[in-house]
Amino acid sequence: MNGPSVADMLVVDDLRVAFPNREGGMTEAVRGVSFRLGRERLGIVGESGSGKSQTGRAILGLTAPEGRVTANRMEFDGIDLLHSSARQRRALRGGRIAMVLQDPKFSLNPVMSIGDQIVETLDAHARVSRREARDRALETLRQVQIDNPERVFDLYPHEVSGGMGQRAMIAMMLIADPDLLIADEPTSALDVTVQLQLLAILDRLVTDRGMGLVFISHDLRLVSTFCDRILVMYAGKVVEELSAGGLQDAQHPYTRGLVNCLPRLGEHRHPLPTLDRRPEWAL
Amino acid sequence: MTIAEQTRGGGRRSARLLRGADTVGRFLLVIFLTYLGLLAVTFFIGRVIPIDPVLAVVGDRAPEHVIQRVREEMGLNKPLWEQFFIYCRKVLQGDFGTSVLTSNPVMQDIRRAFPATIELATLGTIMGAGLGVPLGVWAAVRRGGVADQLVRVMGLIGYSVPIFWLGLMGLLVFYARLGWVGGPGRIDVAYEYSLTPVTGFMLLDTAIAGEWEAFGNAFSHLILPASLLGYFSLAYISRMTRSFMLNELNQEYVIAARAKGLTETRIIWRHALRNAMVPLVTVIALSYAGLLEGSVLTETVFAWPGLGLYITNSLQNADMNAVLGGTIVVGSIFIGLNLLSDILYRLLDPRTKTR
Repeated sequence: MNGPSVADMLVVDDLRVAFPNREGGMTEAVRGVSFRLGRERLGIVGESGSGKSQTGRAILGLTAPEGRVTANRMEFDGIDLLHSSARQRRALRGGRIAMVLQDPKFSLNPVMSIGDQIVETLDAHARVSRREARDRALETLRQVQIDNPERVFDLYPHEVSGGMGQRAMIAMMLIADPDLLIADEPTSALDVTVQLQLLAILDRLVTDRGMGLVFISHDLRLVSTFCDRILVMYAGKVVEELSAGGLQDAQHPYTRGLVNCLPRLGEHRHPLPTLDRRPEWAL
Repeated sequence: MTIAEQTRGGGRRSARLLRGADTVGRFLLVIFLTYLGLLAVTFFIGRVIPIDPVLAVVGDRAPEHVIQRVREEMGLNKPLWEQFFIYCRKVLQGDFGTSVLTSNPVMQDIRRAFPATIELATLGTIMGAGLGVPLGVWAAVRRGGVADQLVRVMGLIGYSVPIFWLGLMGLLVFYARLGWVGGPGRIDVAYEYSLTPVTGFMLLDTAIAGEWEAFGNAFSHLILPASLLGYFSLAYISRMTRSFMLNELNQEYVIAARAKGLTETRIIWRHALRNAMVPLVTVIALSYAGLLEGSVLTETVFAWPGLGLYITNSLQNADMNAVLGGTIVVGSIFIGLNLLSDILYRLLDPRTKTR
């Protein structure tokens, strides 16, 4: 594997994403997020609207056109993501940084066969013959543990289950061998049993290929078992950074509240703890 | 593949065939019922309008016994259901009766008028869809920008300026002043009588005869009215394309396509438009059907002997056979094009096949 191997494959310093609001001003959805990432697994946890998805999208340059992205620094492998040309960014997307979206029901094109959608990514980043592209797509489908890739290759997204669709989505994003994968709630739309299967597949692929992973989720427990490091986001800011094992040592009251709300088997708590959201944390 | 899998595959295939047969059967039933409805409506109209078909033939000064005889000849003394049955049988044989106005069989008149309209409508739709779809896509992609406003204004003019005025102005400028196009009518009089009609389509007939000069002349007559109709359908098609495209561009799969590193061109045309085409096919087919119905105003301004002009003339002269015949032809066009767009819909959207 070539490319960056040490820490700092991705450097994000004071990232801000703002969108125009109804009053004619700008509302910041991400308010100064900073982190560095090597070939490791970083989890970003937070509730809806905490800015975790917008952080992921800003890295890929997929912020909606009306949004405004600023940062002191945002670099991938020494490439300035803020000032690179559209062509440079396109080469990065899918080629070196890929993203898995939440629900395969919506993130796969309904009128294009799964195989075509996978091959398309490879076509955009490598010069390959049709035959070669097909072979590699079938190989990647096998890697996401699809047993009969020839059949799935010709199926349309509505003909497969959610878990199968999400595996196809991962294949589509990994076929061009990216260095970094941003997974934006990749399992939230799936059944619990399928979730675990999918995580195992993702886990193995990331390890085998030595990729970096940004795992965005609202599920603190999932992230803590799956990632090396966790960023806890609240109202557009990182309120706390933890190592995965250090969940119990969380300092910030919001994180502590989250940890406290995790149910434990065999325990009876009345009343159930609820999350505290103090306005001063959002300052 | 194991044997179990093979048999399962076979079962799947035959199930698919069965479903296909089922779909065709349902299609045929729908066509049959729609057609029956169309015939019932035209039959009903023919009976309730205050025009006595007997008087229309014999005149109002004929003696009583003549009226009685003609009434019996026309089968109007028979019970209503039997009349309807006879009517249906005749229509299915292509017999719409005789036109009082031209004293030709209505079918023969329609056969002459319809190709003129088809020529006009087809060229108009090709222009309208060929330009309207890209313009709509452009407007959607540049939403809120100059391009969007430009397309909006173009569409607005197409909607709101009366087509007969545009037609007259077009004739004044491009025919009378600049002499770029042929004037009213389908072809110059000089060519009109030397030409043997084979198909009834001027462009085809002149091409078959190898009369390229006449072909050019017919084309120069056709281009202005066809452009006007094309502009009219462009206004509609571009608006619909824009709104379908905006809807598609907001979908998650577009973000996924961007995340894959595809070019904007590919995302817009291969992904978003391919999805937007599914409902667009119906829009284009119905707009084509609307033009095939014959656009009376355009045909009047350009002295174009098409279906719209024929039906309107017949209506003004209380020529009921011709009006009803024309109505059935127009109805059949709508049924046919609806069917066509249904089939295309199924071809374009894989989700409809397994449902």
